[in-house]
Amino acid sequence: MTSAGVRTNARPAWLSQTREPRTLIRLAVIVLLLLFVLLALPSMLSLYYVDAMIQVAVYTVVALGLGILVGRVGLVSLGQAAVLAIGAWVSARLLFATSLSFPIVLLASGLVTMVLGTLVGLPALRMRGLYLALITLMLAGAITVVLSTTNFPNGGHGFLGYNGGNVHVPPIRRPSIAATDQAFFRYTVVVSILMFFLVLAHVRGRPGRAWASIRQSESAALAAGINTTLYKLWALALAAFITGVAGGLLAGGQRYLYSIDFVTQDSIILLAVVLMGGAYSMWGAIIAGLLYKFLPALLNNWGVSSDWLTILFGIGVLQALTTAPAGIVDQFPKDMARLGRRLRGLVKRRPPARGEAG
Amino acid sequence: MIDVSDVTVRFGGVTPLDGMSVRFEQGICGLIGPNGAGKTTFFNVLSGFVRPVAGTITAFGEDLLKMVHFRRARWGVRRTFQTEQAIEELSIYENVAMIHEHSKMKGGSRREDVLGAIEFVKLEGDPYAKVRTLGAGQRRLVEVARAVVGRPRLVLLDEPAAGLPDEETGHLREVIRGIPEHMGAQVILVDHDMSLVSAVCEMTAVLDFGRLLASGPTAEVLRDERVIRAYLGTEEVA
Repeated sequence: MTSAGVRTNARPAWLSQTREPRTLIRLAVIVLLLLFVLLALPSMLSLYYVDAMIQVAVYTVVALGLGILVGRVGLVSLGQAAVLAIGAWVSARLLFATSLSFPIVLLASGLVTMVLGTLVGLPALRMRGLYLALITLMLAGAITVVLSTTNFPNGGHGFLGYNGGNVHVPPIRRPSIAATDQAFFRYTVVVSILMFFLVLAHVRGRPGRAWASIRQSESAALAAGINTTLYKLWALALAAFITGVAGGLLAGGQRYLYSIDFVTQDSIILLAVVLMGGAYSMWGAIIAGLLYKFLPALLNNWGVSSDWLTILFGIGVLQALTTAPAGIVDQFPKDMARLGRRLRGLVKRRPPARGEAG
Repeated sequence: MIDVSDVTVRFGGVTPLDGMSVRFEQGICGLIGPNGAGKTTFFNVLSGFVRPVAGTITAFGEDLLKMVHFRRARWGVRRTFQTEQAIEELSIYENVAMIHEHSKMKGGSRREDVLGAIEFVKLEGDPYAKVRTLGAGQRRLVEVARAVVGRPRLVLLDEPAAGLPDEETGHLREVIRGIPEHMGAQVILVDHDMSLVSAVCEMTAVLDFGRLLASGPTAEVLRDERVIRAYLGTEEVA
């Protein structure tokens, strides 16, 4: 009793997170950045880059899901690009077959993908590390094979909804409020923000603490009363859900989906950019999305072959794993601070040097 | 009271626990023995990570071996490990609250219990500071706070004083001594620091090669010749 009485003035946990003025500044910067992205950015960019930015937003959500698995729980999955393909397929099918509103389709696609994607991740309950990575990669390969035979729905009939020989292929439907590319970009960013909030609520709460404990040590988590099977499944389900929603956004953004665009190796590159961006931070997901989709668009526009990216990402992962395990999001501010100190040091040293000269 | 009867554990050809029988009465009990005697294996049996091939364990009238590992923790078996388990990226408060939110054994509200446990181990400073900012001794206290938060029934401490400087061991000793009275839990302490064991343990059991060598009041057990021979090895040295 005395112990609780002594600290009644202590701040509740949620307040302690906003006690620094720096947090408020950071919050303001985030809001301004979002307003810029939502209001100003689409009208500043050409259609080519708007399209690229839609994909950046989509893959940011996918990277966010992979970040939960790799960064928070310690499960290395190489099947997330296949999970995204499932989400895109389900959304496309629903958008052609029904007149359900777009948000409902996104939700349904998230839920269906959650079930299927959790199945892909199920080996994670028994395996970790390299073996889990291999198994998920193989399952992703299997999904790619299935997709290349079923193809993506393009307005046909039947369960698969594929019109092989049809000359006229209708585009995948978009929400009426987001018919243009610019509007759909805004729509995608808003849905992505919702996904970030969903993940934030998990990470800051009971599941986030349980995941942190599992990553540290599974036996210690069990000794803490954590049902590790349940929380691993939970992480897989959450990652698959948001990836499924991202699949719906991808379907609406691309308007035409081809199985040739979904290759198994995407999952590996995805893991590479997540590690480079920073798997332990939600900001890392945004960097991963930019690396994965904006950088190729930029190089393409400059006439540089995007094959160079594979090499660049290889070096990037090597660098991340050896010198910056928390990724660019952690390393960049540190490097900038170091640079700042160096520059300040140079400025400070200069006056006596001048004195000597005079 | 923990009643251990004929517990045997086998890993292939190795038998780390060989028909161990002992009764831990209330309060703080020591469990000592040379390296490899089976102390940590016994803790792993109590936490449910290792399933014995034979034997029974009754804890406060309940058959402990029937419960799945994570349910035992919820029921009130808590432990620390030889390796550090406090989670760096979470705050002290979150580290302790994590145990509380999965426990069925609660005293009051989460805030009361968690701050109470932090207060109990006399961890000074901001309870919302990240664990990564703490020193080794303070982290050890966080782990003890995790083990005692709420209303635990049985607290297993696996070498809590290992590697700590004397003054921090002294602080830890006072904290451990207070667990039965303030937290209402029984404690089993494994440690190689005999001054700590004799200072806090009313009774002590000695394991050697997976068998119980001796058990009884700590002072008597530590004077027992067989114990001195097996554990301290002074006979051979002299």
